[in-house]
Amino acid sequence: MTEVRLEGVSKSFGALHAVREVTLEIDQGELMAVLGPSGCGKTTLLRTIAGFERPDTGSVVVAGREVAGPGRFVPPERRRIGMVFQDYALFPHLTVKANVAFGLAARPRDEREPLTRRTLELVGLQHKADRYPHELSGGERQRVALARAMAPEPALVLLDEPFSSLDASLRAGLRREVELILRDAEATALLVTHDQEEALSLADRLAVMREGRIVQVGAPEEVYVRPASRWAAQFVGEVNVLAGVAHGTGVETELGVFDLRAPASGSVHVAVRPEQLELRADHDGNAEVVAREFRGHDVLYRLRHEAGRVVLVQLPSLELHEVGERVFVRPAASAVTTLVD
Amino acid sequence: MKSDGIDAWAILTVLCAAAVAAPLIGLPLSFAVAPGRLSEFSRLVPEAIGATAVLVAGVGAGTLLLGTALAALVSFCDFPGRGWIEWVLVLPLAMPGYVFTLFALGLDVPGIRSSLGAVCVFTLVLYPYVYLLARAAFLAQSRTLLEAARGLGLSRRAAIARVGLPLARPAILGGVALALMEALADFGTVNLLGVQTFTDAIYKVWFIAFDRDAAMQLATLLVSVTLTLLVLERLARGRARYHQLAARGDLAPPVRLRGVAATGAVLAPLALVGLVVIAPLAQLAVWSIESIRDGLLAPEFATAARNSVLLAAMSAVLVPLAAILLAYGARASRSRLAAGAARTATIGYGLPGSVVAVAVIVPLGWIERRIDAVAGTGLLLTGTVIGLFYAYLVRFLALAWGAVEASFTRIPRQLDEAARGLGADRLEVLARVHVPLMRAGLVTAALLVFVEVMKELPATLLLRPLGGDTLAIAVWQATTESLFRTAALPALLIVLVGLLPVAAMIRLSGRRGAELEAAQTAGAWAEELEERRVVPA
Repeated sequence: MTEVRLEGVSKSFGALHAVREVTLEIDQGELMAVLGPSGCGKTTLLRTIAGFERPDTGSVVVAGREVAGPGRFVPPERRRIGMVFQDYALFPHLTVKANVAFGLAARPRDEREPLTRRTLELVGLQHKADRYPHELSGGERQRVALARAMAPEPALVLLDEPFSSLDASLRAGLRREVELILRDAEATALLVTHDQEEALSLADRLAVMREGRIVQVGAPEEVYVRPASRWAAQFVGEVNVLAGVAHGTGVETELGVFDLRAPASGSVHVAVRPEQLELRADHDGNAEVVAREFRGHDVLYRLRHEAGRVVLVQLPSLELHEVGERVFVRPAASAVTTLVD
Repeated sequence: MKSDGIDAWAILTVLCAAAVAAPLIGLPLSFAVAPGRLSEFSRLVPEAIGATAVLVAGVGAGTLLLGTALAALVSFCDFPGRGWIEWVLVLPLAMPGYVFTLFALGLDVPGIRSSLGAVCVFTLVLYPYVYLLARAAFLAQSRTLLEAARGLGLSRRAAIARVGLPLARPAILGGVALALMEALADFGTVNLLGVQTFTDAIYKVWFIAFDRDAAMQLATLLVSVTLTLLVLERLARGRARYHQLAARGDLAPPVRLRGVAATGAVLAPLALVGLVVIAPLAQLAVWSIESIRDGLLAPEFATAARNSVLLAAMSAVLVPLAAILLAYGARASRSRLAAGAARTATIGYGLPGSVVAVAVIVPLGWIERRIDAVAGTGLLLTGTVIGLFYAYLVRFLALAWGAVEASFTRIPRQLDEAARGLGADRLEVLARVHVPLMRAGLVTAALLVFVEVMKELPATLLLRPLGGDTLAIAVWQATTESLFRTAALPALLIVLVGLLPVAAMIRLSGRRGAELEAAQTAGAWAEELEERRVVPA
């Protein structure tokens, strides 16, 4: 069931078109991520949904109610949307408990206390209820911000780059924690991020955004495997874009023949992910290792192909090749590729 | 269609700003309404210009020398007791010029009733403006600059003269401009000493000739002088801000004074503050006791004290409230119109109280006649405290606004948005998030307004309702009649109340202890002083 529907939403600031004609649907209980480089308009989109910006055109419908549209603008306090801010925006003069209870002022008195307690338990901070924000760690602050946004049981929770002000070492663990909290509460959530790893690992679906437009929407694996454009392929993960000639279900490139996801013919470009290639040491090989990025569980090699281009290859770190080594690079056995522009 | 209240807040801000700024904008119109009226007072204008020129030159030079010398002494030299002498030197801020004049007149200091006497009085009570700004500038200078000058062959003294002073020049001139504006705004001192400046002329034209148009024209001339000073101050400051960026925590180590020099460094400031604050306080205390013993207290003393406290207390509530309205309106509506309006509303503080009084009387009188025609209420506005509150609002709004606005800018906008996302409307955001977070700023604003209203003389004098004397008026009245003992107790009370904010500032710096933090406090305080007087860009 659709919980949030954006239709043709645009927002400009003077000559800057921050959001252009965005149409997007989010299902109930779904965790959606808007992924895009900084300046692509994703934060403006989020603020427009929250009601901090007024769209120039288009409409926003939340839980069956139009909150923004032609001749209609519901102020943020009446939208039933919770928001987690990038640096949390916790009220420094209130305790954790009072922060979480802030949005419950309109509830009957006897509901507030149990609801606050339940929400704090949900994020595992019941023992810090009487602390002040400055007495908490970064991760705890974030969980308070999340609890505060969720306590009024909003129809939608918005998260604006929620992990960007945390240490890298904390990020992965918290990401999982936040995901579990949101799923536990069966919340509908929209997360904005420029971190592709975050978006890919967290979201049910991704919306890839560029220069104010949504260029692709889909499940993470779909966006990764079937990028809608060369730009999307390059932005979501690493990619080799190869020129080739398509004959039906196969495409012939300078690195060999790949299977095509959809039949085509003629001169095309295909997106080949680094893990869709394999290599072996070979003195008469067709490429040379020019750089190696060791990442623990895998290794990313940067090769110079004999035709002159740079090729990225990702392999498990079981066997290592040295910089300067001659290698032979070719399509991996199951490599199926997608056409890009 | 749903409105989210953007327009309501913007409109409120603009209305509030218009109410405050309109009378001042109306001042020059008096030349159009009654041209040539001033020629009836042909002797007043040249005399006022002459006296003003003497004051500007004398007070400018006096505060420049005294303030800068003292600031250099405590910034570049170390001597026993420097830590508290630094702060003792600020105390004269609490001494209104007319109270010191009362002291000097009461002791019958020879030659005091002259322009030179007025210059001396103003220099003694106004030098802290220069002192504070210069000191903040000196302490913000990085030691490397002075060390570089030493490395290039300059003696320590020469390095201070050729590097330290020039770098602090914008701040020093800013301080001089503040002191001069205070001197130009003063009425009590010049009136009591018989120096015929603009404020004195306005009073005479108003109360003796009852010519409001001429008074407005004189006020317009005085405003032009004040605005010229403001512009000069702006120009002098130039990019002063950049100097403040010099490395923190990298203070030039002061030179340790010994022997005679150290003794002089301790005694000179103490003698100065003894003369300007301690001796007058002691003398006032003695006179107060005598006046009580001999039954010399004015019969209306109790009423005056009550009036002062009531006026000051109510202003201390009303003016910060208006400041919150303005500052929050500009913040909440986020429109340029509202932001501009908020700044316009703060121009009153650069202006002398007598100018403000003259400026507000005309629109008030106009509205009053309209209301009277309908309801027969008589002098509803100009004959009651309403007119007085209006004048205080115009004059002191900037003071409260500065403190409130400074607190507002420290509250991140995301907090507003977070609160609204949680269902709070704009008024609730103000009540549940902003006000609790700015409690300190609000107390500061209230305290500053309270003290200023207690001290205020010319606007109160011109606008007070019949029988509405205040302590300040009681001091002035008794002094004009040479009843120094009668004037003493109200004067003593004004000075003691005026010491509150100065004491608060000193305690604040004392509690934090560290040299550096004291410097920063001085900087913040100096900036605040500066903000109070500068027409925002």
